[in-house]
Amino acid sequence: MRTREADIAGASGGGRAGARLRRSHLKLADPAFRWLTILCAAAVALAMIALTGVLVGNSWLAITKLGLKPLHTVAWAPSIGSYGALSSLFGTFVTTLIAMVIAVPLALAVALLLVELVHPVLSRVIGTTIEMLAAIPSIIFGMWGIFVVVPILQKVEPWIQSTPLGRLGLFSGPPIGIGILPAGIILALMVLPFITAVSRDVLGMVPTVVKEAGFGMGSTTFEVTRRISFRYALSGIAGAVFLGLGRALGETMAVAFLLGGVFDRLPHSLLDQGTSISATIALQFGEATKPLDVSALIELGLILFLITMVFQLVAQVWLARARRMTGSRA
Amino acid sequence: MSADTMPGPLSAVPLRPRSVARRRVVDRLVTSLAWLAAAFGVFIMGWIVVTVVGRGIGAINWAFFTQSPPAGADLGGGLGPCIVGTIVLTGFAAVIGIPIGFFGAVYLSEFGRTGRIATAIRTITNVVLGVPSIIAGLFAYAILVKPLHHYSGFAGSVALAFIMLPVMTRAAEDVLNLVPNELRESALAMGAPRWRATLGVIVRSARAGLITSTILAVVRVAGETAPLLFTALSSPYWLNGLFGPSGFFGGPVANLTKTIYDYSTSPYQHLQQLAWGGALVIIVAVLGTNVLVRLVFQRGK
Repeated sequence: MRTREADIAGASGGGRAGARLRRSHLKLADPAFRWLTILCAAAVALAMIALTGVLVGNSWLAITKLGLKPLHTVAWAPSIGSYGALSSLFGTFVTTLIAMVIAVPLALAVALLLVELVHPVLSRVIGTTIEMLAAIPSIIFGMWGIFVVVPILQKVEPWIQSTPLGRLGLFSGPPIGIGILPAGIILALMVLPFITAVSRDVLGMVPTVVKEAGFGMGSTTFEVTRRISFRYALSGIAGAVFLGLGRALGETMAVAFLLGGVFDRLPHSLLDQGTSISATIALQFGEATKPLDVSALIELGLILFLITMVFQLVAQVWLARARRMTGSRA
Repeated sequence: MSADTMPGPLSAVPLRPRSVARRRVVDRLVTSLAWLAAAFGVFIMGWIVVTVVGRGIGAINWAFFTQSPPAGADLGGGLGPCIVGTIVLTGFAAVIGIPIGFFGAVYLSEFGRTGRIATAIRTITNVVLGVPSIIAGLFAYAILVKPLHHYSGFAGSVALAFIMLPVMTRAAEDVLNLVPNELRESALAMGAPRWRATLGVIVRSARAGLITSTILAVVRVAGETAPLLFTALSSPYWLNGLFGPSGFFGGPVANLTKTIYDYSTSPYQHLQQLAWGGALVIIVAVLGTNVLVRLVFQRGK
């Protein structure tokens, strides 16, 4: 109530001021204000163009000198003139894949709980708590991973190796805890809040009438969710997954801590060590001495940028589709 | 493709009879799994906070906030310069990112709306929102560090501002979109010029939400490390002046996140202890602000 009165007071104040200003021939104020806002809105687009230009410009030396060689060379070892990107690309994709395998089912289960199964108040408390995971800085995830998750994995990994799973080859090698697996696990926890929040929102946009029709036919909650809500919200959920994917691909600090920084070969198994694009940039930049080293690292950054851009755009397309379908502006 | 856009056609539902008991069991099972998943998420959140508090609290004392990091293997010292540095870096990033983000949001919600330009800018903003933070660091390195041949706090702030800008724009636009149209119309009907109606009425009525957006956007970048790796770097010294070797524009600036990164992998126990102390300071600041802001400003919603 109080705010509405304040609004009305504000409005009439604005009116008086408006009349006064028109009398003083301040006709330029409106177009100027409009242009100010347009410029500021365009700043994001300009920054994006500048970013692309700067990345291309600074990796030009590497692009012209190395050509396509980095794309079919494994080892990153500038000291012997090997600027392979494959070890980094491989690590980025494998850790992201592990993260999505873990995070997507978890996120969908949590979203289902938040939308369908619990009281709205509890739903908000749980939802906010899980959203808070997104506020924890990457570096703290990395430290937590190194000091908490890795010691646990050092105990669990020998046990996995002793089960039939161990014979698959996925879990071969010394169980030292650091490597692809912990990086994937931590990434999963880091993208969980993003996928959960967007999935919850799109599941919440499914019209109640449609769901009630399902319940009216005698369906259980799970059946309604699986056959009606998930289908209705499919494009939105796809958007959520791609959004999480884009985040996981570019994550740096946590992964730099946990991957183990092996740059010159591909990892043999989930327990082996490796690198990712962002980890290579973060860990090797300090050692880059020659201009070509720096340029090659920025080229890696350009590759990462282009990959994440594609996934972000795909996510935006799916989310826009979900929005059109439900006719909401959210 | 039709399955994506339409709730499944009837034919997708198998019509063979299924046991009610089995369906109920499946439903119960999924419900318990959903509870388990949520409990897992909440548990992880708690576990991280407990770990950081448990390991970091021992480092917190007066010296931690007032002294410089120890040299070499010396004991004692604190992260005073790093705390100051992080505040300055984040603050300057806010000076760049918040006003631009705010006015950009005003354009999107008040002038652009559903126009083609606004839609394009909105999409670009969403994409920039997903640019990895390390890329922002490379960008600032390429435009401010490489040409000037020295690291600087300013470059770090620019990288952070790049990350802050789209966060602010999206959040502020969402808030401004909640302002009822009647309010805009009544302000304009009373003869207020557009800028006055916008700043005096619309922005004023969305004040609480805008403050929330601003605070969250600023706090969002305070814990970033990757953008600072090649820009502000870090330093054990207090920030001193503007253009000198330990000035904001002149050289590396001490900051919490990069220092935590360096110390947490250090072989020295006391440096690790300092790193956990720094982690505690960051997590208290970031999570504390998030919780407080939600409690104070979003109670009514």
